[in-house]
Amino acid sequence: MEDISYWLPLVWAGLLAAAVALYIVLDGFDLGLGILFPLAPAEERRDTMMNTVAPFWDGNETWLVLGGGGLFVAFPKAYAIIMPAIYIPLIVMLLALVFRGVAFEFRWVSKPKHAFWDLAFMGGSIVASFMQGVILGALLQGVNVKNGAFAGGTFDWLTPFALFCGVCVVIGYALLAATWLILKTEGDTAQWARSLATPLLMAMLLCLLVVSLWTPLSIPRIAERWFTMPNLLWLSPIPLLTTYAAYRCWHGLESITHRNDSDPFIWAVVLFMLAYIGLLISNVPFIIPPALTVWDVAGHPSAQIFSLVGAVIMLPVILGYTAFVYWTFRGKLKAGEGYH
Amino acid sequence: MELDPILLARIQFAFTVSFHIIFPSFTIGLAAFIATLLVRWQMTGRDHLYRLARFWTKIFAVSFAMGVVSGIVLSYQFGTNWSKFSDVTGNVIGPLIGYEVLTAFFLEASFLGVMLFGWDRVSTRLHVTAAILVAIGTSLSAFWILSANSWMHTPQGHEIKDGIAYPVDWMKIIFNPSFPYRFAHMFTAAYLTTSLVVAAVGARYLLTDKFHEEAKTMMRMGIGMVVLLAPLQLFIGDMHGLNTAEYQPVKVAAMEAHWDGTKPADLVLFAIPNEQEERNDFEIAIPNLASFIITHDTEGLFPGLKDFASEERPPVTPVFFAFRIMVGIGMILIGIGLIGALLWARGRLFESKWFIKPLSYSWSLGFIAILAGWWVTETGRQPWVVHGILKTADAISPVSAGAVLTSLILFVLVYTSVFSMGIYYINRLIEAGPKGAATDTKEGVASRPLSAAAEAAHEAIESKRSS
Repeated sequence: MEDISYWLPLVWAGLLAAAVALYIVLDGFDLGLGILFPLAPAEERRDTMMNTVAPFWDGNETWLVLGGGGLFVAFPKAYAIIMPAIYIPLIVMLLALVFRGVAFEFRWVSKPKHAFWDLAFMGGSIVASFMQGVILGALLQGVNVKNGAFAGGTFDWLTPFALFCGVCVVIGYALLAATWLILKTEGDTAQWARSLATPLLMAMLLCLLVVSLWTPLSIPRIAERWFTMPNLLWLSPIPLLTTYAAYRCWHGLESITHRNDSDPFIWAVVLFMLAYIGLLISNVPFIIPPALTVWDVAGHPSAQIFSLVGAVIMLPVILGYTAFVYWTFRGKLKAGEGYH
Repeated sequence: MELDPILLARIQFAFTVSFHIIFPSFTIGLAAFIATLLVRWQMTGRDHLYRLARFWTKIFAVSFAMGVVSGIVLSYQFGTNWSKFSDVTGNVIGPLIGYEVLTAFFLEASFLGVMLFGWDRVSTRLHVTAAILVAIGTSLSAFWILSANSWMHTPQGHEIKDGIAYPVDWMKIIFNPSFPYRFAHMFTAAYLTTSLVVAAVGARYLLTDKFHEEAKTMMRMGIGMVVLLAPLQLFIGDMHGLNTAEYQPVKVAAMEAHWDGTKPADLVLFAIPNEQEERNDFEIAIPNLASFIITHDTEGLFPGLKDFASEERPPVTPVFFAFRIMVGIGMILIGIGLIGALLWARGRLFESKWFIKPLSYSWSLGFIAILAGWWVTETGRQPWVVHGILKTADAISPVSAGAVLTSLILFVLVYTSVFSMGIYYINRLIEAGPKGAATDTKEGVASRPLSAAAEAAHEAIESKRSS
């Protein structure tokens, strides 16, 4: 029993981390398209941009439900503490997702009077992305917990660091979206996306650099994790690989000899994953830094095992048919070709 | 004025969940209807079935989008406003919701993409399969969420340690005593609601003399389902009521506004329950009928409200009236089914304007009945959020009343504006009607070259198949 209650929370934390990673990538380029919308005033281009994700957006957002649901399943105590702590940014994010989610359908059925839903799509996407960053920042800087319950104030999350994280996520998602468009479109739109991607990549790298300095400088336990021996050696591949991924992404965008349409997206995703892994390393084994570890808030083993059986059987199936749907709608979207 | 966070959080949850349930109630049945249309089209090759499937798929897409976005909100609301509830019941409720996400949400969300956008991209067979999988996904979702909800009414299979519920027997938890009845009741309600909408849209086209072939099919399929399901629903509802009488007797007493448990109960047709004086004002009742319905004996006794301390009783008035609205609509639906069946048998279903006209306005009845039914069961459970385990007042998050009020106002503003737009668009889609139908030559084909090309392609395939 001792062993199980040690390993189960770790397995679940791993599963949740993977679900969140998938969410960030999948809904990242999806939300990013809305972030790029203001830069693409022409209706035809906006149609194309939305059509590249129209068959997927719903599945992409389901990973967010798995993130929230998974936290509730495996770490009900953490769920009960985190949700009140990030109350306002979370509610605002959910409402923003309402606007941009319905815009996928409403924009088409309201044509030609769809200006409002263009606005809803970009506003909703930008606000939702920004709030996801704010939530990330708020959790990184720590939550006030007393006696196993949230004991902070309504606006504890509102700090310069959290707001900066919000900006970073908006920039990062925009980069994912620009490289996604390079992959999925051709002609003018692809060309336009390529011209945006390089500055976005630079901005994203700047964000990574600032966060990588800001967190250890303001949070001693993160400085200790990264900058003491032998951790410094073990962890050095992370910044090195990040540099390499950034180089490959740039290479795919700008190189005369090697530029192509898939490298920028692939390496932007790798870049995202490395940043994400870096954040995990900073915080393991805390689920609510700096108060509670995954073991402190783990659900009952029976609940975790019962759900784990379902997850182990269903996740490969889900990944299988998710891949199938992406395969079905593979390839470049021709200009003017719509699914609607 | 002191704001009460509990009341605000309750209003917020009632508001968001009521808004949400409208869409699944519709899409559960609609997914099955579209899959049926596609299967029938495959078997018969009749084009108007294909046109109908495409038409309803558009409406499905709009409704489903609204269901998804309002549902995501709910999965986080257990934590934002009801964190104590999450803490106490998370070990039991959490996995049930986890299974809903794993087995249902991904299935429906993924194959929805194929269903909506795969018309010209995948084989017909695969497309039909996708529609069936979406229908299965919506049903599985109902299965798990109703299991979780039912456990909150009739919890079993758990043990309580230090005020926290821990799972002991998962089969007992999932198949808790009220679950089979609640599931059958809600599932039938969803199909009934969709059937009525389909029949009402058919009636609307018949009245305006549009899309004849499609309209007749919708009338036949819609009315046919109402004929079967409306009486079945009465039977299931009765069994569900008996189950409630066994496990939550005070809820049944409130539903019937039955105060004195020492006497047989009359069936109260109308009354204003007076909770101060513990009696009904302006009562019109049929003697002993409630006793007969609940105990199947005109002299049978069942507990009255006075058998419970006043703080253990739910608010009587809303439960009493919501129950009458639900049952009243149920009776109207049985009537629609009966009259429809008679007219159909006499070959006059499509000509009887006196029947078709009110039918065209009746689309909202199923939704109202579902909302009323949920208000009965959820209000009737008070003061408990999990019967016998956790009181609603103890389930709240440590958040300020101001935060709950602000979010409540935002939800009301956003939901009413976004979802009324959605309903407006659905109405517009219905107004426009199925594309490519015989009477729809001017807007259908000409302005949509792509869908016209698709129609042509399908016709070519059709003629090849039938030759």
